[in-house]
Amino acid sequence: MEIFGSCQLRKIVLFLSVLFPSVLLCAADDTNSPSAHNRFNLPVETHGFFELRSGYRTRNDKYEKDMSVMEGRLQLDLSSTTDWADFKVKGDVVGNGVTEQGEFDLREAYMFTRPSDWMDLKIGRQILTWGTGDMVFINDLFPKDWNSFFIGRDTDYLKSPSDAAKISLFSDAANLDIVYTPQFDPDRFIDGEYISYWNANLQRSAGRDAIVHTDRPDRWFRDDEIAARLYKNINNYEYALYAYHGFWKSPGGQNADNQSLFPDLNVYGASVRGEVGKGIGNAEIGYYDSADDRGGKNGYINNSEMRYLLGYTQELGVDLTGGIQYYVEQLMQYDDYKRTTQHAVRDEYRQLLTFRLTKLLMNQNLRMSMFAYFSPTDRDVYLRPDINYKFNDNLSWEAGANIFFGDYPHTFFGQFRDNTNVYTAIRYSF
Amino acid sequence: MKKTLFVLFSAIILISVLFAGEKTAVPSVDQIVQKANLVAYYQGIDGKSKVAMTITDKQGRTRNRDFIILRKTIEQGGDQNYFVYFLSPADVRRMVFMVHKHTAADKEDDRWLYLPNLDLVKRIAAGDKRTSFAGSDFLYEDVSGRSLSEDKHELIDSNDAQFVIKNTPLKPETVEFSYYLVIIDRKNYMPMKMEYYDRNGKLYRIIETKKVEDISAKEGDKDVTYPTATEAIVKDLNTGSVTELKFSDIRYNLNLEDVFTERYLRRPPTEAMR
Repeated sequence: MEIFGSCQLRKIVLFLSVLFPSVLLCAADDTNSPSAHNRFNLPVETHGFFELRSGYRTRNDKYEKDMSVMEGRLQLDLSSTTDWADFKVKGDVVGNGVTEQGEFDLREAYMFTRPSDWMDLKIGRQILTWGTGDMVFINDLFPKDWNSFFIGRDTDYLKSPSDAAKISLFSDAANLDIVYTPQFDPDRFIDGEYISYWNANLQRSAGRDAIVHTDRPDRWFRDDEIAARLYKNINNYEYALYAYHGFWKSPGGQNADNQSLFPDLNVYGASVRGEVGKGIGNAEIGYYDSADDRGGKNGYINNSEMRYLLGYTQELGVDLTGGIQYYVEQLMQYDDYKRTTQHAVRDEYRQLLTFRLTKLLMNQNLRMSMFAYFSPTDRDVYLRPDINYKFNDNLSWEAGANIFFGDYPHTFFGQFRDNTNVYTAIRYSF
Repeated sequence: MKKTLFVLFSAIILISVLFAGEKTAVPSVDQIVQKANLVAYYQGIDGKSKVAMTITDKQGRTRNRDFIILRKTIEQGGDQNYFVYFLSPADVRRMVFMVHKHTAADKEDDRWLYLPNLDLVKRIAAGDKRTSFAGSDFLYEDVSGRSLSEDKHELIDSNDAQFVIKNTPLKPETVEFSYYLVIIDRKNYMPMKMEYYDRNGKLYRIIETKKVEDISAKEGDKDVTYPTATEAIVKDLNTGSVTELKFSDIRYNLNLEDVFTERYLRRPPTEAMR
């Protein structure tokens, strides 16, 4: 959850100052045209929702509050479409009982335009997603909100916004997306405020007693990110190549002051998705080049990794869908990692299986789903059961849980054992 | 004189034969179902319609779905592309459902869903086409049409006004009905009523065309009209649920670009949005 701090304000002001002169300029261009009048009286569509959500830990966690989530949230979504561009502003006002603060989370504020047959342009704060994984990401280096994911907010909140320009170019040969983020947008990573975590320095679990402090690269146009995707659909098999230049999105190292760092990261990858048998298969691969520690000699910086994913989804029955994925993280220069890292607890190959079952009932008004992560190498499990019922077109109710098991206190999901929680929410959409 | 009489006589016979033939000639069942399929699903090269769907359950509770549907035919009577952009309710607003429909017997449709809040383009496993579309009593197959090659067709009745076709699935294990009857308007080949019978021969599902309008369009420079169903209703007799569909803002031959791609999933074409 980002607070409407000075840094956010700066970004928004910059964004608006970029956006509005262009709006005015374009409008001024053809003040003679009959539609110029409309450019100033934009027809604005207003939508949104109001939601109450509460959740509690089921196990005692001495580093966190008992309530895992407790909030009232009003989302307003304003959009306008003109002949030459779309505008959208979407923001959440949140009364947050866990942080005991009022917060504003600007989710989207962008302009979209289609200047030619071969180009789309989207500029501003936006949610971005690509890649083939189901809640597993390799080449999608856009910011995630792991706190929201683990405390049981709507799955939409797994994605946090980027302040970026997305240029899409289309041709018969292939399509190219380029996303430029002038100032690094990290994940809303686990920092101890909502979720307790394994603190390698303290060699114990920690939470609100040891909030992770970071040295975030934040120089405009220097600490920037660039992500690209070259893709093509051949007979409805979707092929893509990816490249990313930026930083580890969650802390991937630390400096001498025990501050967490976001070391330089380059990622190169590829994916394919299409029909396999009766279902949809996907494969994705990515090389994580940890540019600040290529040789693996620095025990305080993440080593490079190879990441692999295979997935398959199929309809198993009426309104019943099943999915399975196999994911591997391979740590490069593993011998160096073992030698240089003080508490070297990672395996060379971390394997992860995911399972999804989604069933729709009662004219699709009741959705029951289970998503499970299971790592045979880390010996940990993360279960996400969820039920959602729509009373009518506006009112829905949801309940679910985030359940963590693990044999070790330091593994990816095992470290969250004490954060196991149940939650419920009611939402009115308009 | 004799000759004239003969000619006259022959002409009378010929005309009466022709007339009689005209009155009783019934096209073959294949011709009928093909023509009806074209009328129901293949009018124009492409088309657009706004759809208002009202689902009313047995207790009288209603739910509404509004969407815009774009359709483009790749091959007459064959493959087509569909693009469905949801306008309401609020929780599905701006979602897009896209289908590349394949009519070849061994080829499954390709389906995508775009979730705008996550900017996620999801591939949906081609599955049972006889599942509910958007929680309504309409099935996916009713929206895009059932391939003619999947059923055996028999003309069981015909009169001046209509044909009645009995359709029996070639692979009965893949569907929930044992057969269905289609009543086709003889003058314009519009399917007016479909009745589905279960394995016990009991009628359990009815689709009715409530209103047909002639929609004018251009075929090149030529002005044409396409008879088009503008109101339809589905009744599920087992659940007591009823879904009504009203089509408006119908346009044909818009000259749609190839909008059935990921580019337009992420940001739909203007035609789909208003």
